[in-house]
Amino acid sequence: MIEIKQVRKSYGSLEVLKGIDLTIDKGEVVAMIGPSGSGKSTLLQCINGLETISSGEIIVDGISVFDKATNLNHLRRKLGIVFQSYNAFPHMTVRRNVTLALTKVLGVSRDQANAIAETQLQRVGLLAKADVYPTALSGGQQQRLGIARALAMGPSYMLFDEVTSALDPELVAEVLATLRQLSAEGMTMILVTHEMQFAREVADRVVFFHEGVIAESGPPQQIFGNPKSERLRAFVSRAG
Amino acid sequence: MSYNFQFGIVLDALPDLMRGAALSLSIAIVTMAVGIVLAMPLAVGSWNGKGLVACLSRSWIELARNTPCLAQIYFFFYGLGAFGIFLSPWLAVGIALCFNNAGYLAEIFRGGLNGVNANQMKGARSLGLGPVGAYRYIVFPQVFRNTFSSIGNQFIWALLNTSLGALIGLYDLSGVAMDYQSRTFKTFEFFLAIAVIYFILAKLVLFLANRFKPGGARHAA
Repeated sequence: MIEIKQVRKSYGSLEVLKGIDLTIDKGEVVAMIGPSGSGKSTLLQCINGLETISSGEIIVDGISVFDKATNLNHLRRKLGIVFQSYNAFPHMTVRRNVTLALTKVLGVSRDQANAIAETQLQRVGLLAKADVYPTALSGGQQQRLGIARALAMGPSYMLFDEVTSALDPELVAEVLATLRQLSAEGMTMILVTHEMQFAREVADRVVFFHEGVIAESGPPQQIFGNPKSERLRAFVSRAG
Repeated sequence: MSYNFQFGIVLDALPDLMRGAALSLSIAIVTMAVGIVLAMPLAVGSWNGKGLVACLSRSWIELARNTPCLAQIYFFFYGLGAFGIFLSPWLAVGIALCFNNAGYLAEIFRGGLNGVNANQMKGARSLGLGPVGAYRYIVFPQVFRNTFSSIGNQFIWALLNTSLGALIGLYDLSGVAMDYQSRTFKTFEFFLAIAVIYFILAKLVLFLANRFKPGGARHAA
């Protein structure tokens, strides 16, 4: 379970998160939607401590992320994350991208790491590309590599930060198919997304961010079918 | 009085010159290896370090790059004598060149660090790698690729700088030449010969560097 309690974050005088409360249960798929700059991506990166918070608390499976005693490197194994910008490691093959952290962080043997990599690359449909370098991959393939790399660590939660936003439209579908498959397998997922149709389809709960606060949240039918606030109604009609 | 060119004497001295060249090359290789290891934390410290770390690494880089290499060698050979520390010529040259190479390489790496996307660090950290692991496995391998030619150039500088060791009695390639010319008075022949040997060694280093240059396909787009 991920508990986000009264989280605030400022960059200088600009407050981007203004007291966020949100709880995500095991097995849930939560979609975070909202206009650009509303704080949703920032919050996502706070969950695994890649971004810091100004006040409040985030607790993952009972471990407080920003407690000084918390080993963040250890905690991050529970939290896989995939970013908007593809950040495959360009100096390693696709296979090595997946096995690196297995061998260097988890201390898994080369053989075992390769076996795990093959399983995960198969899962995202990239096994045939295992021995090429990431520059030879399309954007969609690079994102699927990012997903395989994160999954290989055996995370309890997967965080997706606008993973389709930088993709050409024809490549979006293959990435969404991978996400759909993960949700069907029961993976706990938090998605920051602009794909409203997709959020509606896979999310158990949709959270609408506006100017650093959660303006509305609920099941997708309610958020998209019967938005309470004017802001959400305007956002949903614009985003289609 | 006309000067009689006698290259036969140089040929007789060739085995000694080769031994000197081997010493020059060994010092260049060792001081480059140590320099690269030292330059990595220096580059990171001056690139995004704070307070004392940034100050110390900046000072090292500035001192190494803005003072003559000869002065650096003299400092470790004669200067430390004032504190009762007496180093042998090769140790003084070795330490001075490590200091010098580290400073130049750190500045090269700093530029290379700017060329690595910040998301690479985020990606590495998100997988549970600590800062040292992230630099070691993800960031620096890309920095080395980005700065490969500059590292090769620094190697040549290191090789040529070893010649300054002759001034404190190092029996490197230049030291051997100085010794022989003082005994035979064949100054031109010996210095022309070692110039040719330095040139060949430098070209050999460049050739090997290009030979083992990381493939284009591996470069980041």
